[in-house]
Amino acid sequence: MGKVKIKKSDVWIDMTPMSDVMTLLLTFFMLTSTFVKNEPVKVNTPGSVSEIKVPENGVLTILVSPEKDKAGKPTGEGQVFMSIDNTDQLGQPLDAMTGKFGVTLNEKQSKTFKNESTFGVPMNELSGYLAMSTQARQKTLNTKGIPLDSIKGGMSEFQEWVDQARRVNTNLKIALKADATTPYKTVKKVMSELQDMDESHYYMITQLKKQGDE
Amino acid sequence: MAKKESKQKKVNVRVDFTPMVDMLMLLITFFMLCTTLSKPQTMELTMPSNDKNTQDNQKNEAKASESITLYVTADNKIFYGEGIPQYSNPAWLKETTWGNDGIRKILRNHSTANGVKPVTRIELAVKELNADKAKNPKMYPDSIYQKKLSKIKGGELKDGKVPTLTIIIKPSDNASYKNMVDALDEMQILSIGTYVIDKINSDDAKLLKLKGIRL
Repeated sequence: MGKVKIKKSDVWIDMTPMSDVMTLLLTFFMLTSTFVKNEPVKVNTPGSVSEIKVPENGVLTILVSPEKDKAGKPTGEGQVFMSIDNTDQLGQPLDAMTGKFGVTLNEKQSKTFKNESTFGVPMNELSGYLAMSTQARQKTLNTKGIPLDSIKGGMSEFQEWVDQARRVNTNLKIALKADATTPYKTVKKVMSELQDMDESHYYMITQLKKQGDE
Repeated sequence: MAKKESKQKKVNVRVDFTPMVDMLMLLITFFMLCTTLSKPQTMELTMPSNDKNTQDNQKNEAKASESITLYVTADNKIFYGEGIPQYSNPAWLKETTWGNDGIRKILRNHSTANGVKPVTRIELAVKELNADKAKNPKMYPDSIYQKKLSKIKGGELKDGKVPTLTIIIKPSDNASYKNMVDALDEMQILSIGTYVIDKINSDDAKLLKLKGIRL
């Protein structure tokens, strides 16, 4: 019947090793991370058994997504956006394009353009688009897209962009990232425009799918 | 005097690291959520140039029994026709399904004029090569492996040359991009080296319409 004496021991846990591990993990993530690009439209790539990786750098990504109307139904047309992984290479094509289409941008607007990861606005709307606030830009971008129609029988705006990007980096690789549900018509148009300018070798971004699961 | 000096108080210099750990955890979660660790996969594709001035001697001709035309159409459907297109004969066009029991089986079982099943033969050879590579990886660095692989894809097997199939893939306007990639995927799975993506021409369209297929 003796009183049980609970010993009050000091439960101090040494957090130093824990914080060591944490710092290690943190450094690992910081060094390996490439930030997810903010894409204007959600693209669900199709699966494939191919195991080739996307090239490290110098990639021009062409984003193709099926266009949707306000109710969310696909219209059968597609939207095209572009992004270059090296944003330093954006300035020169922008200057060339604005010169060609007679668009004047002030310092602030061209800076905004270079800070955006993805672009895809028709040239005649570019100036107005870049003057918008960040939130308004995000809202409008997913209703736009780079026009694929040829201008007076010549190159389309899309082809001009690819051409200018190619001039900056002659080793440019082209990657096509299209949504699985995109009608082939749209993809065909993009491909045939690329073919027209002798850009016949490109990558198609897919998801890894194990052989056998259908 | 000496006694007083030795009575220095020992201050416990233990620092509590818990807030630090909290903060690190937060940072780690942030980085983990914001990163894409694995790069997406790609397929390499080389399309023929649209240049109309291709010389005739640069064109390859495939034997009729060594070519198959695939029609990828809307609503996930796939049709195929063996040999030279017979545009006036709707029975030439046959329907099949995607996957192992459909199109893959047909390609595997397709035999050429002299009774060889090139796809099956080449697939076996590639499997053998992969098994060899898995056994002693040192013998097969990437350059040699790729060279051997392209040789096999070209039909040069250990026991003589076999003809290779030429596949013409024709996706229609309303076929989804996924189906096109699936078709290319079949080429990859079956190690078919010669295939081309072509447009549907007016004859093809007529034939498909004759069968009542939605393009």
